[in-house]
Amino acid sequence: MSKKMHLEMTVNGQKVETLAEPRELLIHVLRERLGITGPHIGCETSHCGACTVDFNGKSVKSCNVFAAQAQGAEVTTIEGLGDPDNLHPLQTAFKEHHGLQCGYCTPGMITRAHRLLQENPTPTEEEIRFGMAGNLCRCTGYQNIVKSIQAAASEMNAAKEAAE
Amino acid sequence: MIPGSFDYHRPKSVAEATGLVARYGDTARVIAGGHSLIPMMKLRMTDLDHLVDLQDIGELRGISVNGQSVEIGAMTTQHELIASEVLTEVAPIITEAALQIADPQVRYMGTIGGNVANGDPGNDMPGLMQCLDATYTLSGPDGTRDVKARDFYEAAYFTAREEEEILTKIYFQANGAGYAYEKQKRKIGDYATAASAVLIAKEGDVCSFASIAMTNLADTPIYADAASSELVGSGLDQAAIDAAVAAAIDAIDPAEDNRGPIEFKKHVAGVILRRAIERAISRA
Repeated sequence: MSKKMHLEMTVNGQKVETLAEPRELLIHVLRERLGITGPHIGCETSHCGACTVDFNGKSVKSCNVFAAQAQGAEVTTIEGLGDPDNLHPLQTAFKEHHGLQCGYCTPGMITRAHRLLQENPTPTEEEIRFGMAGNLCRCTGYQNIVKSIQAAASEMNAAKEAAE
Repeated sequence: MIPGSFDYHRPKSVAEATGLVARYGDTARVIAGGHSLIPMMKLRMTDLDHLVDLQDIGELRGISVNGQSVEIGAMTTQHELIASEVLTEVAPIITEAALQIADPQVRYMGTIGGNVANGDPGNDMPGLMQCLDATYTLSGPDGTRDVKARDFYEAAYFTAREEEEILTKIYFQANGAGYAYEKQKRKIGDYATAASAVLIAKEGDVCSFASIAMTNLADTPIYADAASSELVGSGLDQAAIDAAVAAAIDAIDPAEDNRGPIEFKKHVAGVILRRAIERAISRA
């Protein structure tokens, strides 16, 4: 066993530190050492996207990143987007447009959709489908996920305009 | 899915990185985006004692375009390639290919250097780099040297890169030719069943330049010289395209696997190449 590393990163705006072996994956450190269980482990083979987190402004599958690579990084998980009393527009839209059934893929879906809308605030349906291609859902058939993201985009753009 | 134990290093310069690799020899591996290496480590098919993370080495990042000369740092991600307007302007075939690699999350992490250096016959960039006649710069303890992409690949996962060398950059001359990167895959995120990179230029109605490379149809990318020759000097008529496709199918050597038997792969290769040639002509 190799020596544990002292890791420091910013998770959901909070500075956190923990000890972890270099071989520990980011998803395991988030869930098991930091108690952040929003991102899920689906396939653990970097296919399904349930473990998607925002990593220095990029959507990544945290089952395929070593926590050591996140030393000094800014990480955002679903917990950092909203909370039950103050849902993120994407969370509200997924709820209102039936963008989930079992909910297992949802934290990854919303975290990925968040980054997609940062980069492209007015995506077409095709751009949403292409931009969400790294996240699998076995329940919804994706139609309502796409609708939810479109609804959230409109909501966020309207709020932005109102603020300006 | 936990890899074996290793020590983690994050050097700040190429010299420091090559020093670490030289010191630890074949017990060390460099990691770029890690989206080929980490899955292999999780499956315990790759065993190493020292992981050398290149993410903090600024000199390995970035795209520079000077006229038609293009230089891309090895740690430039697929996402950065796609987002680069200046690269899309001068070498749109790279954008077209990068958009067909894996999925968004993988493209944020996956790098062009890792893609070309790994030697995986399924990777898309090696064939594309052969099509573009790109050159790779390798840095090792004795300095740097350049190797043509067309001379780099020896067998699956075996390349001209020595163990203590790091691939630091890729450069090529763009030529404004019509282009296409065409890829058949079973689903998003899959490697190609067959893919083809094609560049074609015309003078009047006559083909003045052609370059064709094939991906995942042998244990290395295939630069299909004979296929390109069938097009150059022709009027890009059906007979010339048929001859080029036949020559390319002759040059590949696909293996049977879960993407299909050999005959199927040759058939798909022909379909894909024909589409790529036609699209490149339409843009020439």
